[in-house]
Formats: sequence, C-alpha cells, structure tokens
Amino acid sequence: MTDSLTDKLQVLFPEIEPRTVLDCTVIDIDPQAVPQVMERLKTYPDLGFSLLLDITAIDYLTYPQKPAARFCVVYTLRNWERNWLLQVRTPVADPEHGVESVAHLWGSADWAEREVYDQYGIIFRNHPDLRRILNHWQFEGHPLRKDYDIFKGQICYEADSLEKEIRARLASKGIDESTMQDINTEMMFLNLGPSHPATHGAIRIFTALDGETIMANVNEIGYLHRGFEKTAENRTYNQIIPLTDRLNYCSALMNNIGYAKAIESWLGLEITERAMFMRVVLSEFFRVQDHLVCLAANLVDMGGLTNYWYLYNEKEASYDFISRLTGARLTSSFTRIGGMYRDFYEGWEDDMEQQLKAIEKGVNDSLKLVLQNRIVHDRTQGTCVLSPETALSYGYTGPNLRSTGVSFDIRKDNPYYNYESFDFCVPVGSHGDVYDRIMVRFEEIFESIKIIRQAMKMIPEGPVFVDDHRVALPPKDQVYNKIEGLANHFKLIFEGVKVPAGEWYDSYEAANGELGFHFVADGSGGPYKLKVRPPCFYAMGGFHEMIEGEMIADAVINLGSINIIGGELDR
Amino acid sequence: MALGIEAGLGDSVLTTKLDEIINWGRQYSLWPMVFGTACCAIEFMSAAASQHDISRFGAEVVRFSPRQADLMLVCGTISYKQAPILKRIYDQMPDPRWVVAMGACASSGGIYDNYCTVQGIDTVIPVDVFISGCPPRPEAVLDALMKIQEKIQTESVLVDRHKDFKGILD
Repeated sequence: MTDSLTDKLQVLFPEIEPRTVLDCTVIDIDPQAVPQVMERLKTYPDLGFSLLLDITAIDYLTYPQKPAARFCVVYTLRNWERNWLLQVRTPVADPEHGVESVAHLWGSADWAEREVYDQYGIIFRNHPDLRRILNHWQFEGHPLRKDYDIFKGQICYEADSLEKEIRARLASKGIDESTMQDINTEMMFLNLGPSHPATHGAIRIFTALDGETIMANVNEIGYLHRGFEKTAENRTYNQIIPLTDRLNYCSALMNNIGYAKAIESWLGLEITERAMFMRVVLSEFFRVQDHLVCLAANLVDMGGLTNYWYLYNEKEASYDFISRLTGARLTSSFTRIGGMYRDFYEGWEDDMEQQLKAIEKGVNDSLKLVLQNRIVHDRTQGTCVLSPETALSYGYTGPNLRSTGVSFDIRKDNPYYNYESFDFCVPVGSHGDVYDRIMVRFEEIFESIKIIRQAMKMIPEGPVFVDDHRVALPPKDQVYNKIEGLANHFKLIFEGVKVPAGEWYDSYEAANGELGFHFVADGSGGPYKLKVRPPCFYAMGGFHEMIEGEMIADAVINLGSINIIGGELDR
Repeated sequence: MALGIEAGLGDSVLTTKLDEIINWGRQYSLWPMVFGTACCAIEFMSAAASQHDISRFGAEVVRFSPRQADLMLVCGTISYKQAPILKRIYDQMPDPRWVVAMGACASSGGIYDNYCTVQGIDTVIPVDVFISGCPPRPEAVLDALMKIQEKIQTESVLVDRHKDFKGILD
C-alpha cells in the first residue's frame, strides 16, 4: 500500500523524494511550498488525506546532528480508507516569519497550530486566531524551546475574559450589535467551567446565548497543562511510563501500551507472544473501563443517576482485579519497554471471567433503562449532530468518528498484536448525534469483551519479557553475583534504554481514538522530544461545530458524550 | 412529635457549650465542594460511589456551588493557569471553610516539577489536610474527612481561621 503512495507522490511532486519510516511515508518540503502541497494532499482524489492528525515542531538547538534551520514543523496526515500515513516536514529558520497556516483546509489545524505557536513560538501566517492555548495569556516565552528552563514557572493573576473571541465568533456568524437591536433581544454570555460539574474536569465553555439557544461558542483549555512533553524530555524512556498513565487516566494502561509499542517498533523489538496477548486482554479491558466511566458520567448529566450505580459499580469492582494484578487501582504503570512488568497471577482467568460477567450484567441493566426510554431518545436523538466531513476535518478519531458512520479503527485498518486474528466488529453510527455516540460505546464494550474471551482462550504460555539485555533488566541473582549483571542493571536504570537516533511516529487505537507518539531520539537513554497526539484535544477542537444552534442543556450532554479527559486534552 | 429519648425530656433545657454544639453540627454535615481537575477526581468518584459511600460520614451532599459548601476538596493538579480560579472559588466559600489537598499534585506538584504546575496549593490557599498518594485510594479520602472532623472539634466560633494567610496571588 505504501509503495503506491510513494509512486503517486513522485508523479505529483517530482522534486520531492519520499522516504519510509516504519509504516509512515515522510516527505521534506520547502516552507514556501506548504500551502500548495498541503492543498493537493487534501483535495487530489488520488491522495485524499482527509485527516490531519497532528502538527508539531522540533527545536534542534541542542540536537547532535544539527540541521541548517533551528526549527522544523511536522504535519501528520492520514488517508484512513487506504491506510496511508504521511508526515510532511518543513524547515523553519525564522520562527517570526513562520509558515503559512493550513487552517482553511483542515479544522484540526486551528488548534494544532495554536499549540505549536504557544509551545515553540512559530508564527502561522493567516491563521484566524493565533494565540496561546495551553499556557495562560500572561505567560512569556515558549516552554518547549530548548533554551527555556523547565523549572521557570510563571504566575497567572487572572483568567482571560474571552470576550473578544466570542464577539469575533458571533461576527463570523453574521450576528452583531445591530442585528440584536433589529430583533430586539440581547445576547447573554454564559460561562461553563473551568470549575463546573458538567465539564468533567477543567475546561471552559464560553457561550453566547439567545434564550437557551447557543449562538456562538468558544472554548478554553490548558487548565490541566502539566508539561508532559517538557518533563518527558528530562526523563529516561522507562521513567516516562508513569507520566503516560496520567494522560487518559480513565484507561491508564492503554497509554502505557501505546507508548511502549511506539518505542518497540522503532527498536525493531518483537515482544513475546504472551506479552502481546496480555496487552490485547488488558487494552480491551481498559477500553471497557473507559467507556463505563464515560457512559456513567454522561447518563448522570442527563439525570439518570441509577445508570451511574449500575455502570460505575462494575468499574469499582474491576479495581479489585486490577489492583491484584498491578498493585494500583488507577495508575498502574504496568508495561515496560520489551514486555510487561509481570505475568498474570495464578487463577486470573476465573477472576477475569467473573468481572466480564458482572460488567455484562451491569451494562445490560443500564441498557434496559436507556434503550427503550423515550426521554433518553428525545434528549439525544438528533442533538449535536456531527457530519462525517466535519468530524474528519477536525481530526476526530475513535468512537466519536465512528458514530458518524466512518468505520476507521486502527485495530482493523492497520492491525498490531494479532488483532487481525480476532473476530470482532467495529460498531458505527448513522447520524453522528449524541445517541449514536452513546450507543457506539455501549456496543464497543460488548465487542471488547468478545476479544478478551477469545484472547483468553488463545493466550500461550511463556515469558512476558524479551530476552534482550539492551532493554530487559537482568535477573536479580546475576545483579548480586556477577559484575556484568550489576553493570547492565545500573546502566539500564541510570542511563535508560538506549534508543538509536531518529524520528518516527507510531499510533495505537486507544479508548478515545488514535493515540500517537511522535519521537525524536538522539541516541541517548531519554527522548530528545516526545509529542503525544491526543484524541481528546482534536475532539474538543471541533466542539463548537456541534453545539452552535443547539440548546445549552445539550452542550452539557454533548461534552459528556465525546468523553473529554483533561489529562490527555492538556497534557 | 418526638420519638427518641428527647420524648422523655419534654420542655426541659439541655446545657452545653456553644462551641461543642456548633462543632458537632458542622462535623457531621460537611458539604464538600469538589474542585476536581485530574486523576484524583476519578478516585473521589469512587469514594462517593456506593462501595466506599462517603455519606456514612455525613459528607455526601456534593455541591459544585462554593456558596453552599464548607469543605473544599482539591482533587488533582493545579496549574498556574488554574490557580486564580482556585483562589476565586475559595474566596467565594463562606467561613468557616476547610481545605483538603488530595494527592501528590495538589500537595506538592507531585511528579510535575515544571514550568506550568503550582508546587503545592498551600502557596495559593491555606490547606488543613494533605493526602498522600498518586492518586490516593478512596479510603484515604475518608481518612482525611475524619481528620477534618477531628480538627473541627477543637475549634472555636470566636476565633477566625487563617486570618493572615498570604499566598502567591494575594
């Protein structure tokens, strides 16, 4: 498949030489060529890169093999139908001059470019609203530049009013003061969050209301920006695993697995069969957990408190199994590069089966309250509709994208860990409304349970860690009794797993969608740069498209239905 | 109509200290304002759910309205961007008010020792009880609740709490 993409690119852009890194095609272009190339990539039917997954930048200031330009902007694109992954790289010597914005081509570029501007200070010319997104408005400097000190905190004294932004948004919809006078009404500005029960974390939803109808909406995020990427640059590869736990903390183990998988694919490390099956079982189990929390909270927002008990109690019960296995309830840090922290305990199959049965019962009980419930139907069907085109444009992935009818699932389209050998369906919606998003998640719970049951039957015996001294800690008797073992142990702990220099992107189907990791390695034991492609960030970026024109109460249930998790949203 | 032992007391008067009776009331009817930002909020959800059942301690009336709350539970990381909001919510709560910093992040910044994370919310608002853990188990939340109750017992209505606290935003 990738070969044909290379051919197509060579025909269309004869001056560009594509190269292949893992399963991703990479092209280097001049900054001046960005608008033209990007437009072709999106609009040419032969290419059709409908998803702009992520934009990031790299600061090469302290990189050993320094290129001519200090910065490089990287666009990650995907054609989901043909399973093509493409990275477009362009050097930026002068951040003040920057590059042309591509926000008019993909909705997702709006927030992605704002993030690059915020973190690296690269200007995107003709961007509709280029301002900080993760850091506060009183922040000075750009934290992800290599010459910014990681400990240099800056105090924020007051919150941003957002009034200018909401007025601009209203104006873009053709509503200004004179229109309001004509229809003899006044706009009301209503703020939801950042401390509000309906925001499920710290997000600020700012709306302009006419009665109860939302005329315009702007959102502010970054309240939980914890500097994941800067911190990761100062840690060894294995030390980052606990940080990944706290991205999407509702399904912590999935982030661990996605992260370890990204490094292993670059190292060319084949993990053991048993470890692969363990990862499948645990991924799917945590996908179920994530959906349970999302649905429980979403139905509470709608007033269905009973559903919360039915669904959340099963999650609570699952913690017994999880803590027995990993030693922690929420943030498990259970994977390592090259395998798993330890094997399943004896008799885990019975515990797991019991959990699965309990979850099925809880979900079925909840479905009995929801499925035929007129109130739920009236409340959710046809509200906050997301069209497949808008969803793709804003970079939606996972259940939110599938609810619009786009059947993109990395587990099916680009399978890893033997997912092709499992029998499961990808549930898709038909309308892209709140109802579809809820139902897709309910169905995915059953599909995941199906996968777990199959994997439990197939899981082979054997080690859970690769036998490779480059990544695996030596057995303790060698550490205590042999100098080679001792040296190996200390080198791995102090210096970290040595990862060869290079840059790569690897993706994984997390509970909320495509979780991608973009690494820049300089050959040392820690990453030179690590960018996370968080599914939530892009889901939130298109939130206003869904709620404008709807009622304020629908905004609340819509936020619950797209499952925004602060840790992953703001990193 | 009285049903318990008070039936036998009729119109008689009970004498007690004002502090005792007020503290007794405050202790067992804490109304928490959950300032949930991150992972710890998920563990607070567990503390509130039926298995751990926070209502056994009289603190189940979780209000997200600071005006009606007297116990602030800060569950999660507070960034510099979030700090002014935390302070404003705290200021909106009527006296007397108690604050619990749940988890490593709220207590000290936790694993996030960097440019965007407040290194402990006690630099912004006064804190009464810190809970360790990343995230703490729900039992730890209940333990903190009992610590607050013990603390309330020793206080007096005549003494103002944290009168001269000065944080980074004051």
